[in-house]
Amino acid sequence: MDSPPPLSAIKDAKVLMVGAGGIGCELLKTLALSGFPDIHIIDMDTIEVSNLNRQFLFRQKHVGQSKAKVAREAVLRFRPNISITPYHANVKDPDFNVDFFKQFSVVLNGLDNLDARRHVNRLCLAADVPLVESGTTGFLGQVTVHLKGKTECYECQPKPAPKSYPVCTITSTPSKFVHCIVWAKDLLFAKLFGDKAQDNDLNVRSGNASTSDHTEDVFERRKDEDIEEYGRRIYDHVFGYNIEVALANEETWKNRSKPRPIYSKDVLPERLIKQNGNMDSASATDNPSSVSAMASLGMKNPQEIWSLMENSKIFLEALKLFFGKRGKEVGNLSFDKDDQLAVEFVTSAANIRASSFGISLHSLFESKGIAGNIVHAVATTNAIIAGLIVIEAIKVLQKDARSYRMTYCLEHPSKKMLLMPVEPYEPNKSCYVCSETPLSLEINTHRSTLREFVDKIVKAKLGMNLPLIMHGSALLYEVGDDLEEDMVTNYAANLEKVLSELPSPVTSGTLLTVEDLQQELTCNISIKHREEFDEEKEPDGMVLSGWTPAPAVEKKDENHVDNGVGTSKNITNAEQVETNEDLEIVPADIETPAEKKRKLSEISNNDGLGTSRVAAKANNHSKVQDLDDDDDVVFISGGDSDPSKKRKLH
Amino acid sequence: MDGEELTQQETELYDRQIRVWGVDAQRRLSKANVLVCGMTGTVAEFCKNIVLAGVGSVTLVDDGVVTEAALSANFLIPPDESVSKGRTLAELCCDSLLEFNSMVRVSVEKGDISSFGEDFFSKFDVVVISSSSLATKKLINEKCRRLLRRVAFYTVDCRDSCGEIFVDLQNYKYTKKKVDEAVEFELKYPSFEEAITTPWKRLPRRMARLYFAMRVIEKFEEAEGRKPGETSILDFPGVMKKRQELCEEESFNESQIPDYLLERLVVGTREFPPVCAVIGGILGQEVIKAISGKGDPLKNFFFFDAFDGKGIIEDISNPDAAS
Repeated sequence: MDSPPPLSAIKDAKVLMVGAGGIGCELLKTLALSGFPDIHIIDMDTIEVSNLNRQFLFRQKHVGQSKAKVAREAVLRFRPNISITPYHANVKDPDFNVDFFKQFSVVLNGLDNLDARRHVNRLCLAADVPLVESGTTGFLGQVTVHLKGKTECYECQPKPAPKSYPVCTITSTPSKFVHCIVWAKDLLFAKLFGDKAQDNDLNVRSGNASTSDHTEDVFERRKDEDIEEYGRRIYDHVFGYNIEVALANEETWKNRSKPRPIYSKDVLPERLIKQNGNMDSASATDNPSSVSAMASLGMKNPQEIWSLMENSKIFLEALKLFFGKRGKEVGNLSFDKDDQLAVEFVTSAANIRASSFGISLHSLFESKGIAGNIVHAVATTNAIIAGLIVIEAIKVLQKDARSYRMTYCLEHPSKKMLLMPVEPYEPNKSCYVCSETPLSLEINTHRSTLREFVDKIVKAKLGMNLPLIMHGSALLYEVGDDLEEDMVTNYAANLEKVLSELPSPVTSGTLLTVEDLQQELTCNISIKHREEFDEEKEPDGMVLSGWTPAPAVEKKDENHVDNGVGTSKNITNAEQVETNEDLEIVPADIETPAEKKRKLSEISNNDGLGTSRVAAKANNHSKVQDLDDDDDVVFISGGDSDPSKKRKLH
Repeated sequence: MDGEELTQQETELYDRQIRVWGVDAQRRLSKANVLVCGMTGTVAEFCKNIVLAGVGSVTLVDDGVVTEAALSANFLIPPDESVSKGRTLAELCCDSLLEFNSMVRVSVEKGDISSFGEDFFSKFDVVVISSSSLATKKLINEKCRRLLRRVAFYTVDCRDSCGEIFVDLQNYKYTKKKVDEAVEFELKYPSFEEAITTPWKRLPRRMARLYFAMRVIEKFEEAEGRKPGETSILDFPGVMKKRQELCEEESFNESQIPDYLLERLVVGTREFPPVCAVIGGILGQEVIKAISGKGDPLKNFFFFDAFDGKGIIEDISNPDAAS
């Protein structure tokens, strides 16, 4: 970097920011202070109270308003003469096409989900616009730079995919608290309060058929049924009867500790309503958002771990309050982490189930974090990362390629460093996004439908948004606004067919072409038929290879773990749940660069110095020495020493 | 704040950060009183961070008026002259900071900080000094150290695209949970004077050069009777002379403090906003750690240079100094 940065690099720049949240607020402020005159910002969210501890451009009075718009107003207050263009929209919207991206000198991401990041990555590649990516979680953060053809793209390195759980673990053999949460949220809550038309695995037991008539009876509240009777009936069914039935299958419990059935009469012998008086006096107000089982029962501390009895009281009280005070919503509700009553219900249900299976109980606070996929966040990390983003952005604008860095913000210093810069790597030659590697897919072509292929592979794994699927010249499927009706009908029909029965049959050896025109991404997938898949290890029933798939990382802190969605089709699919600033894999120790990758400085055709350095640093081990040996900044050829020395080397 | 429990408002607002450092830490933060002197861009960042974090109070000291340099790096200052006319930097920043978190008491203290007595400093848990002379830094640090209760002391300075933080937590005990057991740690921090009088040849061979460069500039400003940051390119020869002087005294190789680094610090007296964000963030984290007693505090210097992008911790203590 030159000092001070030449004004022209910034003065002529047109910058796109994607995200106006934790990183976004800090970034917009720092860009404005640094003299960037033309900033565009996209964010689809509105402001919530829990944002205010770090998204400092927002105030209490702004809750509910567009983040992009309010951020702009706040920054104009101290920099009235710059241009900030807000878009209260989803960056995946087709309006933000390649031409839109082409107008920018650099794109800066401050996103909170993998899906959007991949989408932006592809658009930046298609538009050939540099991308500066970033992420934070708690005290950790990183900033990375991506230039088409010169560095890795955002998807060249595997990213941890959200964790998904096999159906049977959730429905029958939970061993961790998170399994209980997923059960309580995606099965029980969904069954009782959600859309009745949705499939639900609640009574599925591995290998046994469920009697659907019987289950319908159980979960429906009978006409004029006393609310506590109903609650106890549900309680007894899911925590008592269902467990008894599961226990009957000896095979399941051969190597596992058995759960114990729990019945409400044993835990709560006396009726609650007698203790509380009638419904009306239980809550002070009729405001649905303040309805709370905890408040009703006088339990004030969300950090407290409740006993089985207390959890059971909450369970019944929450159920009562849903039907009594929010009856109109029953049948339409989906879990929302900011819905106090829903969180109370899910916490208590998960805890009772946990109790049954000998899993430790958790507080409401912890449960809310797990169920809501809440990522912990503080202002300071976002501020640091924003500063680093602007520093990289300036380097990009100055086209100072040798100075580009991936910077990691660590919680504990490594080699005395809290902020650790690393040179970017060259592109991954087997990255299907930026280097068109052919892929192959093992799938049962007689059992799997096109819809499953689209959902699990094209959208989830390949991250395509508006896909087009071709078999040779035959169009099997596409999405679009301008399609003719008969095409739409045709595609709808195709979705329900198994692959081998498509108009242009897909069998072993078939090569499918999958495209997303907006992302300008094309993938060729070679199909291999396979009969059987392992339910636990391959829950999708299909295996994609030829590209380094993102490993599903089991993080130690349960708060980091994402969970799936409740229908039988999707329960094993990790849905991309919105989390706050995602964390990528932070290299715990940068002494492990991938063998085949080379750092930019070692690519001999980049600069004159290349050959001698490559020869000297031929193996990975000596690369490590770089950090320790030189007093100079190791990563830059010439480092931070005399600038005249630097010129000579090029 | 009444009572020991966090209020409903606090629980809701601080949810995301409580998930980082816990309820106890949040409670301690809400009781902490922080004194800040020198409203630079970096300090503005720092104040923003600790106000958002929910400290009990922040007291600002800076009777200076708005300058172009101040406006260029400090986002708390309103650009409208009719608003800022006749008001000090501390007053203007105070108004802005109050908006960020209504639960934090932000106020202004007028006067020269070097004239304040020990009684004044005893009201605080944390003291942060910026843009102050060598003499002032030493003086305030000493006053803090003489108090009966422990007051955490920090200096922070950013010039050009570099930043330096100094930390003095005196004798600091804290616990860390390792697996199932709680392990106690104790760190002994040297005073500012003790640290900077550490003979240069005793320091580790590979040290952040910024440390030495900052000391040269510091000494130059002191010798010339300058205010911090009151240098220009015309001073470069004088600064090089000072470097030569100091290196002779310390038997230290002059080439360890490169010309170009000194030149940057002499000429680039304005702060660079991205560095303000980085340094203000690191400092914010450190103060939060010290107040909450959670997390390894850095000992005792932190350096950042946007040129190489490294954020480095250096432990500079004089083994010969009487403790």
